[in-house]
Formats: sequence, structure tokens, C-alpha cells
Amino acid sequence: MLRIANGRVYDPANAVDGEVRDVCIAAGKIVSDVPAEARRIDARGLVVMPGGVDIHCHIAGPKVNLARKLQPEDHRRDVHPRTAFTRSGVGGTVPSTFTTGYRYALLGYTTAMEAAVPPIGARHTLEELHDTPVIDKGFYVLMGNNVLLYKLLEKGRREEFRNTLAWWLSVSMAYAPKLVNPGSDEAWKGHRNANIVNLDEKIESFELTPRQVIGALVEAADELGLPHPAHIHCNNLGHSGNYATTLDTMRIAAGHRAHITHIQFHSYGEPRGKSTHNPTSKAGEISEYVNTHPNISADVGQVMFGQSTSMTADAPLAYMIARLGGTKWVNADTEHESGCGIAPFTYQDRVYTHALQWAIGLELFLLAKDPWRMVFSTDHPNGGSFMSYPRLIRLLMDREFRKEEMRKVNPKALAQTALADGLDREYSLGEIAIITRAGPARLLGLAAKGHLAPGADADVTIYEEHADKERMFGAPRHVIKDGELIIEDHEFKADWEGRVLHIAPDYDPKIVDVIRPFFEDYYTIQFNNYGVDDSYLGRHEVIATAAQRAAATKARAQ
Amino acid sequence: MSDNIRIVRDATCTFCGCVCDDMHLTVDTAANKITKAENACVLGRAWFKEHAVEKRPFALIGGREASTEEAIEEAAQILVQARFPVIYGLSDTTCEAQRQAVAIGDMIGGTVDTTTSVCHGPSGIAFQSVGESTATLGEIRNRADLLVFWGGNPAESHPRLFTRYTVTAKGMYVPNGRKDRYVALVDVRRTPSAAVADLFMQVKPQRDFEVLWALRALVKGKRVDPAIEQTTGVSLAVLEDLAGRMKRCRYGVLLFGMGLTMTRGRHFNSAALLALATDLNEYTHFVAKPVRGHGNVTGADNVVSWQTGFPFGVNLSRGYPRFNPGEFTTVDLLARGEADAALIIAADPGANFPQRSIEHLRAIPVIVLDPKASHTSRHARVAITTATYGISVAGTVYRMDDVSVRLRTALPSPYPSDEDVLTRIKARLSELIGGNRIPPALAA
Repeated sequence: MLRIANGRVYDPANAVDGEVRDVCIAAGKIVSDVPAEARRIDARGLVVMPGGVDIHCHIAGPKVNLARKLQPEDHRRDVHPRTAFTRSGVGGTVPSTFTTGYRYALLGYTTAMEAAVPPIGARHTLEELHDTPVIDKGFYVLMGNNVLLYKLLEKGRREEFRNTLAWWLSVSMAYAPKLVNPGSDEAWKGHRNANIVNLDEKIESFELTPRQVIGALVEAADELGLPHPAHIHCNNLGHSGNYATTLDTMRIAAGHRAHITHIQFHSYGEPRGKSTHNPTSKAGEISEYVNTHPNISADVGQVMFGQSTSMTADAPLAYMIARLGGTKWVNADTEHESGCGIAPFTYQDRVYTHALQWAIGLELFLLAKDPWRMVFSTDHPNGGSFMSYPRLIRLLMDREFRKEEMRKVNPKALAQTALADGLDREYSLGEIAIITRAGPARLLGLAAKGHLAPGADADVTIYEEHADKERMFGAPRHVIKDGELIIEDHEFKADWEGRVLHIAPDYDPKIVDVIRPFFEDYYTIQFNNYGVDDSYLGRHEVIATAAQRAAATKARAQ
Repeated sequence: MSDNIRIVRDATCTFCGCVCDDMHLTVDTAANKITKAENACVLGRAWFKEHAVEKRPFALIGGREASTEEAIEEAAQILVQARFPVIYGLSDTTCEAQRQAVAIGDMIGGTVDTTTSVCHGPSGIAFQSVGESTATLGEIRNRADLLVFWGGNPAESHPRLFTRYTVTAKGMYVPNGRKDRYVALVDVRRTPSAAVADLFMQVKPQRDFEVLWALRALVKGKRVDPAIEQTTGVSLAVLEDLAGRMKRCRYGVLLFGMGLTMTRGRHFNSAALLALATDLNEYTHFVAKPVRGHGNVTGADNVVSWQTGFPFGVNLSRGYPRFNPGEFTTVDLLARGEADAALIIAADPGANFPQRSIEHLRAIPVIVLDPKASHTSRHARVAITTATYGISVAGTVYRMDDVSVRLRTALPSPYPSDEDVLTRIKARLSELIGGNRIPPALAA
């Protein structure tokens, strides 16, 4: 039992905005009170928040491990030594698993979601997540280029489509369905490395368009009542003029929930004026649409200057990036499920496009009217490492610092954006608490995370207040996970195994008769060996779908 | 069916890197034998049917029979006293065991290295320098209309690579199997694999790099001197034809073996091949795939990478991982006489390392975990008998294409698994050291 006494508490989900109060913990949960003999942490003068929740990052699984193996140069200057009870590792933009868990904890994060795993790689991902300590974790499974789903959809078999989706989410122990550049894999793998550019273009080898795929998946995810809706990486990432595709994608989702990820990368206008290749900002248009459509949520995918690693299921994009930079390049095709591309990349403040991307991310943050629906991410490590989160928080909270940084970047790019017009909003601590924990938890449907009311998971971060917010968020004084004091006075006091968070939506068991023949014809792994068994879960928690919650409520009432 | 017959469906064969998971095993539980292995190739049949749970001592310490418990204690004492221990092997055991082995390396500050360093290690180094366009075996089966095998003899080493995944397999976009594919084989000698190929291209020994570089030039439309034939034994016309076919195919694949990685040029050869596959993506879709040997060598690469950031040859003596092939690879550590103890798991360096390395291995205390007696175990200070993975031990293995499979068991074994033994050694080491060992430089 633990009492965090007299801290300034930021718990926006419960409308607590910097009030001095106690937070009590028993048996891994927040409780309303604990007896006087409970251990006491004196939090006078300190800031207390729920543990951070990362809604979109790339930290485990097949592509992450390829990116890790690819870059010894990324690791050698950033080692993470062992202690008597924590494991060693290496950092860089793609840290080893143990280092990933410890470093998230060191920033006060207690939950992170790996955002792109082909279902055939689910077992591998869970093995890595098992070796990712302290934090709770889950992963999104790639469904937007799935060949069997395409075959069902093109024949209009919507019910089987939905059941097959539920089966796949269930047997891979995933947290949410992910769409990446829907329709592009067939063009990439089967037709001279092409890409899809238009949502109404025919998908190679199918009588289908990306518009139909997006619509069907958004709808099916909603019908299944998933805690987090379809998580969409739109088509045309990184291309000038792609904001139109992004708006179009959001319009397809009308009437349904949908999450648009790393929306910064999808907010570019066509070149303007004399320039033939410099894109422009459409953050205003994108922001306006998200602001006025409560069914849509997004994370920003901020670009931070310096080293990054592009790793994506969007294979044509990675090919483009690798050729731009002349860097080494990985491509990995996964049968019937996904493509994948990896390329090291450096964002430079003097380069027009990079500066524009940086500025557009900030515009999106600063123009958002509802911080609960425009949440924090760098698409780690695509836009930048999660280690740059404290710096990004400072950019949002500290207008003067932002102005200093703006003076360093390409002025032509900056002139294209609202930042140049004196967009001088500063995020408050309460708003930071929304975009880094309360908001992502709510969007993920994690009722026990992102807040500090009784019943919540006792994941708590305690910061020292500093004028320099980068310093403040870069090194919390204490971090509590599941009620255990893991980091005390900036030092690890214990190791900890976090939970795997996953869903298990119900499906008609007869759907197996549709799926199995496809496996027998086209997969190289036996159907009976494909699904992930419970031995890969370790500590875990199933997050219920709407129907499962309703059934549980009804059962309790009886 | 009689009472003592049991069928295990969809079991996995861990004999080679194909890791086929469609074995239907017939088990005679009375005789404790696998009597039939449906779908297995000739190698897989032998692997399953000739497997006998031998009556071996649970452990030997200095040649004297001992219990597993005693051997674990002795192993822990050796490792805790060692100043520069090496942990080696790991390619024929489960990922669960590999994870424990790396944990031990981290705990004692040892070196962790796998058999990758003596097979496709150069491909790992090439991967780090140029990247790789690659695919799962299912993509190759369903899409590839052009296959080039380089420096390998799959007909004898990986028989089902041809039948289940590549040459004759039928797939979504190649419904007629063999008829829909063009197959080339490149090697320094004609092997039984050449029989499946449309083109057999015989390269002079140690001239693979020159051939690959000429192909890169031809693919890019550069002129190549016809004298290439004198250097490599392959005529310019043949090279031009192959380069043209590679550019024109829809989905091309280069599959390469140790004939490329362990000959003159090593990682330069692998890098040239990977770069050729990458170049070809200017014109069509093209991938490359190292053909891996051991059943879970790919798992070892994955586990060591996610735990340390590097795939093999990782030293942890400074308190964090350092990667340096040539310095921290086992052959070299032993040949220079640096390692002062070795923990060998599921490998037989005593049979296949260079003589100088073997001599040093005989001079230091060695701990071996293996289901069978080996050249290495015969000279080991501690030899612990463990159960065979994929037959008596469940767990995870990775195919050569990084796809993981969960093993099923067919026969019981009285012996513990590698994972179990390693977990117990680690627990004892933790007691002896008091958690992980912290190097003085970090403790200060």
C-alpha cells in the first residue's frame, strides 16, 4: 500500500487540474484511501500524473528486429549497461528490447502500443514484448492488405469478412486492426514495384478499390465493438498533395469511428508558386476536419530533427526514402499479409521538406481544438525516437523555446505554415496530460489507464517541476507501475514484467471452414500451427469488446 | 489402430532451416519410436525415425557419471570463476533456451556467439552494410517466376526447399508450378541440384564476386569486357541472357548458400548478391534469401538481436553489448587462446572448428549441453544430456525466413530441456554473484 501525499495532481479524465491531493494505491490499483501505516511518498512540490500511454510506436516484432540488426552503428555510441537486477542493452533509434522497456519507464511511460505487425509475425512480436520490461504493451495487426479479406470483400461476403477479421485479431492476440497504405501491396509485389495513388484505383489482381477496403474495415471494426477502432496509415504517405487523400479517407469513415495515425505525414499540399517540388502545409484543412468530426481521432507523428529509422509496412514508401537518402534499404514481403520497408533517415532543420514536416506537426498540435482526439506521437522511430518526447513537450509548452527553434529551421518552409503567423498557443500541464496519457488511453478504450480514479491501474509518474519542460519530462523522480515503486529518486529499484494487452473478439466458429482452405492452398505454415497459443502471453489482460462488456454487465446483474 | 500408436499431426521438422511444419508422425509409444513421418523428406525421415532416446548418463563431470543437479552446480562454479567465458552454439535449440543463454552471458559478462559466425555470418555483415530485399517462403512459392540458386545444393541439403517452397511448388500466381518458373543454379561444381535447373552456370572456384559484379553492371546497362569468361569461366553471352531474364521477370529471387559466404570474398560476396537483388528493384520486384542450415539458427539471430542489438559475436564483459566479428566470434577467441571457459549448447565445435581453436577448447573447462555424445562433449569438463527439441521438447523455432513456429512433441524424454538446464544454471549463478555481475568500471 502506498500514499502519494500532497502532490499537484493532473488527472484530466477526472477533471483534476493541478490540485494538491493524495493518490492512494493498494494491490496494484488506485483506491480512495489507505490506512495511516501505508508507505508514504512525500510529493510536496511535485507533479503527479498517470503513467504515459504511447498510442503508436514501433518497438517489437519482425520489422523492428530487422531494423535493429541492420544498424550496429545506431547502437554502439548509446549503450545501456546492466545493473545487478536489470538487463543490459543498446539504444539508438531502434533499441534492444530490455532497453526499450527501461527507457520508456525512465520517461514516465507505462504503456506502449507496437503499431504494425503482420499476423504471421505475432508470435515473434509477443516473444519480444515479453523481453520488454516494466511497461504494459500490445500490438496492432496488419489487415489492410490481407489477400483472403480482399477475396471475401470482392465477392461481397461481408459477414464472413467481419468474422474472418475477428478470427485474425483473436488468434494473433492483437489489440487493434491496422491499415497501411491499403491496396498497395499487390502493386508493389506483383507489378514492377508500383504504388497505389488514388483511392478509386483498381487494386492489382482484384475487383476492388482502396476506398472499398477502407470502408469495409472501418465498418467491421465498429460492428465488432473493438475498444480501439481501425487504425489507419493513409495512402500516399509523404507525397505532395496527399492531404486530399487523407480528407477522402476520413470522409469514407463518416458514421464510424476511425483513428488516423501520424497524420502529420498526410497533411501536405501541392507545390505552390515558382517551386515545382516543394510541398506546402495543409495542416489547417486537416485540423479543421478533425476538429469538426468527433468520430475521427488522430496522433500527430511529429518529426524531430536528427537520426531516425523509417520502418513501415508501406514498402513503396521505404523504397522512395532509401533512394532519396542513398541509404541501405530493407524490403520484406510477408505472404498474403503485408509488405515492409526499412531505411535509416536523418531529418535536417535546414532542408525545406524536413523543416516543413516539423512545422506541420507543430501546427497540428497547436490548431487542435480537442486535445483528446489529436494526441502525441513521433511514430517512433519514424519521425524521431521516443527519447525525444521531452523535447517535443517543451516545444508545445514553451513559446519562447519554440521561437528559438524556429529561427534555426529553413525559413522558406516555415513561411508556408501558420507558425509564421504567430501561432503562439502554449500547452498547459493539464493538456500535456491529455495528449500523452488520458487521451491515448481513452482512444484505446483502456478504461483502467490514463487516469487516477479508484479502480484505475496504479501506473503513476511523479515529476519535479522545472521551468525547462524538457528537463522535467526527461527524468521523472518516481515511476510506479502496478503499484510498485520501480523507479525511485531517478533510479531503478526493481525489475517488472508488464502485461500484454489484447482483444479476443467473438467470431462464428464456422468461419474456420472459410479460412482453412485458403491456408491449405496458399500459406506455407499449417493452419493448425498458425494461431498464437497462450504460452506466449505471460502476464496479460483481455480488453473486452462492447458486446463482451454488455454480456458481462448482464451476467453480473443476474 | 492399436493402443500404443499415437499420431502427431502438423509436427515440425527441425533438421534444416526449412522447418517444415506439416509432418504427420506415427509414434509407437510402447517402443518409444517414431515409425512414420509423413511428408518428411529423406533427411527429415531419418531425423524422426532414427531418433532413439538413448540410455545415456544424465551428466558427466570429468568423465564420471553425475546427476543433472551436480552438473549444474559444477557448471555454475566454472562460469562464475571464469574471467572471459564464451557461450556458443544455440542453433539447434529453442528460442526459449536461447533467451536463457543470452541472459547468462549478460549476467556473467561473457561473450555470446552462435553458429551463424561460421555459416551465414558474412551475410549478416553484408546485411548491415547494404540491407536486403527479402520475402517469406510463401511469397516465393506464390509469386516467384524466376529463381536463382547460388552456392548451394538444396537437393541434398534442403530437399523440400525445391518441392514445398520454390521450384516445383504451385502457387497463387504460378499455378503450374515448375512450368511457370525459370530456374538457374550457380555453383563451382555440378551437383544433383543442377538437374532441376533450366540453366546451370558453372563458376570457377573463388570467382563468385566477379560474376555477381558483372551481373550488376549488365543489369545497369554497363559494358562488360568479354574477358570475363577467362576470369570466371562464364561467357558474357550467358551472363547477358541471365541479366536480361532477371530484369524481365515479375518476381525474382536469389537464394544463396554457404558456397557463397564461406569462399573467397565472404561478406563481399553476400553484399554483392544482396546489392544485385536491390538493384533489380529498379526494373521489377526482386528479393534475396540466405538458405540457412540449422533448424533454429534463424531464431538464434533473432533472439541475440532483440536482446543485445547485434546478431552474433556479442561481448558483454564491459556491462553492455559490444559487437565485433573477428574479435568476439568463437573461432577467433579460441584460436587466440583468450576464452578461459566455454558453455556450448547444441553444437559441436570440437568436430568442425579449425585445429588451433579445438586445441584451446581442450585446454579450458568446457560445459556442453547436448542430447548426444559429440566430439566436444567427449573432452568437456561437464557434459549434460538434454532432450531433443522438436521431438521431446516444445518451444519456438524460426524458419530461414524469420517465420516462427511452435514445436509439438512426439516422444517423452527422461532428460531435461536445454531451457530448463540453462534456467537452473542462471539461478545458481545469480545466487553466487548476487544478481548480475557489475564490471568494476561501472560499479565505481
